Amino acid sequence: MTDLHVDGNALGGLLIELFGRDMTDQLGCCGGCGNVSPLGAVRVFRGAGYVMRCPFCEKVALALVATPEGVRVAFGSLRWLEVDRGTTSPS
Amino acid sequence: MVDLVDETPRVRTIVFDVPGWAGHRPGQHVDIRLTAEDGYQAQRSYSISAPENGNRVEITVELIDEGEVSPFLVEDLMAGDRIELRGPIGDYFVWEPGSGRPTQLIAGGSGVAPLRAMIRAAAATPGAEAVRLLYSARTEEDIVFRQELDALAAQDSRIQVTYTLTRGHGPDWNGLSGRVDRAMLSEHVWPADAGPVCYVCGPTGFVETVASGLVELGHRPDRVRTERFGPMGGVP
Repeated sequence: MTDLHVDGNALGGLLIELFGRDMTDQLGCCGGCGNVSPLGAVRVFRGAGYVMRCPFCEKVALALVATPEGVRVAFGSLRWLEVDRGTTSPS
Repeated sequence: MVDLVDETPRVRTIVFDVPGWAGHRPGQHVDIRLTAEDGYQAQRSYSISAPENGNRVEITVELIDEGEVSPFLVEDLMAGDRIELRGPIGDYFVWEPGSGRPTQLIAGGSGVAPLRAMIRAAAATPGAEAVRLLYSARTEEDIVFRQELDALAAQDSRIQVTYTLTRGHGPDWNGLSGRVDRAMLSEHVWPADAGPVCYVCGPTGFVETVASGLVELGHRPDRVRTERFGPMGGVP
């Protein structure tokens, strides 16, 4: 399984759809281990959707599943997200 | 799509002209979406392989035999074709001048693409910090951008390029041989106490080995930025 993961960077485009701005250098805290990491540095596994795991403890932080109607976001161990102001969306 | 450059037998650079392109920073990527006649869609992420230059957006793609997207991009795409492209994407795996820290780039195979954008940007920025590139390729003919990288290193004393070959080499080879391991990292990259910002890009296993090796050598994890390809050349 570890052979298949990529970085949170790879979900940058999908995260722009969800948040309306680039999220890859925004910080998230894992409630499992308390570590803080940019979303671009999480581990991303692809299955039916995309599973974002904490790079420190590997707990599932967030999962994104595309449905015909949109994107479903399943919350796991992601305790908080900190989004800075003043950065405009690049696209 | 305006230009195609065959870099190696399996790697091609594709140059797009994107009207209204807002510019990008070295390390960012684009998402490319292909739609078949029956409506089936496939999407992949590709790093932009050159610094900002008006509406020009270059990607450098390695052919993956079982891939859904790369065979089309590397073998079938022709000048004048139109493609759906979204970007630039990514604020994290991005090189910026003025950090006050040296830059360490470590590439595995076609993972050199975003790092080439960074090294060119650094060369074009007066006063930018020194850059070292350690580049692992299979054989000499698989080294992408070799002429250009050698020329940059020859012209600019801030830039140092080291190659290592993992599948053998000819008698005249004067680079390194073997896979990147901890010993090679400790000898050929900036030491941790120089405080470099490290950018590592390549296949997942390669990045895994390099990133953990750097942290074991004392590099701070938050200064080791990674971009893994995964098995399919990016996430759709």
